Amino acid sequence: MNEIVLAVEGVHTFIGRHHILQGVSFEATADNVTVLIGRNGAGKSTALRSIIGLLPTSEGRILHRGREIHKKKPYQIAREGIGFVPEHMGIFSNLTVEENMRVAMLVEDAATAHRLERTLAMFGDLRKFWTAKAGNLSGGQKQMLAIARAIVNDTSLLLVDEPSKGLAPIIIESLIDAINQIKEHSVVVLVEQNFHLASSVGDQYYILDDGTVVQKGVMEGLAGNQELKSRYLGISKAENPFGNEQ
Amino acid sequence: MEMNNDKAAMALKPAGHWERRLPLAIGMGLFLLPLLGIPVKTYLTLTIAGLAMGMLLFLVASGVSIIFGLMDVINFAHGALFTWGAYVGFSIFRLLNKWVDAESVLQNVGAFTIAVVAAMVVVAFLGVVLERVIVRRVYGSHLFQILITFGSTIVLVELIRVLWGPNDEVMPVPLRFQGNWDVMDVIVLRYPIVCILMGLAVYALIQLVLKRTKLGTIVRAGVEDLDMVQAMGHNIFLLLTGVFAVGAALAALGGLAMAMFTLQVYPDMGSTYLLFAFIVVIIGGLGSVTGSLVGALIVGLAYNYVAYLIPWAAAGVNILIMIVILLIRPTGLFPVGK
Repeated sequence: MNEIVLAVEGVHTFIGRHHILQGVSFEATADNVTVLIGRNGAGKSTALRSIIGLLPTSEGRILHRGREIHKKKPYQIAREGIGFVPEHMGIFSNLTVEENMRVAMLVEDAATAHRLERTLAMFGDLRKFWTAKAGNLSGGQKQMLAIARAIVNDTSLLLVDEPSKGLAPIIIESLIDAINQIKEHSVVVLVEQNFHLASSVGDQYYILDDGTVVQKGVMEGLAGNQELKSRYLGISKAENPFGNEQ
Repeated sequence: MEMNNDKAAMALKPAGHWERRLPLAIGMGLFLLPLLGIPVKTYLTLTIAGLAMGMLLFLVASGVSIIFGLMDVINFAHGALFTWGAYVGFSIFRLLNKWVDAESVLQNVGAFTIAVVAAMVVVAFLGVVLERVIVRRVYGSHLFQILITFGSTIVLVELIRVLWGPNDEVMPVPLRFQGNWDVMDVIVLRYPIVCILMGLAVYALIQLVLKRTKLGTIVRAGVEDLDMVQAMGHNIFLLLTGVFAVGAALAALGGLAMAMFTLQVYPDMGSTYLLFAFIVVIIGGLGSVTGSLVGALIVGLAYNYVAYLIPWAAAGVNILIMIVILLIRPTGLFPVGK
């Protein structure tokens, strides 16, 4: 059985007065990509922000490799080896690509330099625009930079929130390649509404609805379950104009 | 994973030239326009005084700008910290009065250096206490920040009255910092030159730290997205306290230098210069150190030229400049961040 890298146990999270997560539980295991899917407002992004500590949990436990992290501050959680790519990408627009990467590097040693080389080999555009302001990059390049920053450290768990949002289909294909490379080194928890991307990289899924997990299983099982896709993801049988299921 | 090069290159095209040259054009216009109505020698004297005043305002405004830009905190207590800096320097000069009145340049510079270091250290400590005890509780709420830092101002100013008394005092100035040089029949006061050099040195130091060190890069990143900085493993609480302390120390340096410029200290001196600092920061763009420098020089020069040409309009000219700049660029000349 694969090691449980992340365990979310009965987590409740409020944003202001709104009770967003209402006892969410799921696990991410080694060598797997876990995908959180669900409609807008289901609590997927809130779950990731609760794991990284940007939103405080009011109940429940979050464990990373068996250690409780839900009472820690975001910077302490990040130093445990958890990388985070938010939905808005969180790029520092006035900093260059190089400076964005330097802010991300917690230690600048030989191992980090090796990971940086590996990351730049994966995302060639970043090397090309190394000294350019990150704010001038295209949407796809910004997403590359956001992911590159999250994996340049010794990241054992990578949380990625809707990486395909606003990207052209051809860029999404590149993103699929990148995530498939990343999963060789890190456990990935992905929030994604694009079913094509989710099914291309995901191994297991959890469907969130109204702040709770309503369904879980292996990704191959979901691909053939039209009823679940229709009920929770709003996907009909009709093919989309790009030829992929969305 | 690479993208179409042409599209990427298009995305990297610089912004419009006129936008980038606007600050320079405004600066040069302001700089040269008064020559029409002022004799050249007087113009040079006024320019040096204006540059000195601008540099002093820069010292105060850069702290306000950094604190607002990074922490999103409107710090009305900055004026009180400025006053504390002046009074700590005042006490050091009194304590070292033999060095202050000595003919020796070394002793004069020694007294000045000790006063600067003491003022910055004491006020940085006050800043740390203020941030930890008061400001940290009101992050995210500008209304509470204004109210609570205004309240802190009252406490800090009253403490000055308790410790140093309520009266205006004459600020001692080391002997060699007084007087003037005669450069080709143009009278050049010594201390304004010291202020200009000090302002340039502080600007260079801040730029060096912000642009060339990792800590500075993290601070600039924090101006844009604090959440992301902490999600990358950086302790922003330590960072915020540090930035507040640096901002307070800059206010102290500004207070001490301004007191030596105006030759007086009084408990309410901070409120006068806080208004100038806010004008400077709004003109320059919140969070931008270069914006603070350019804004401060515009304010300093405009004030001095107009005070000579139309004395009654001196106080209002900077408000007018601020309105004009805000109409053209609502985010200031050098917008940064959020």
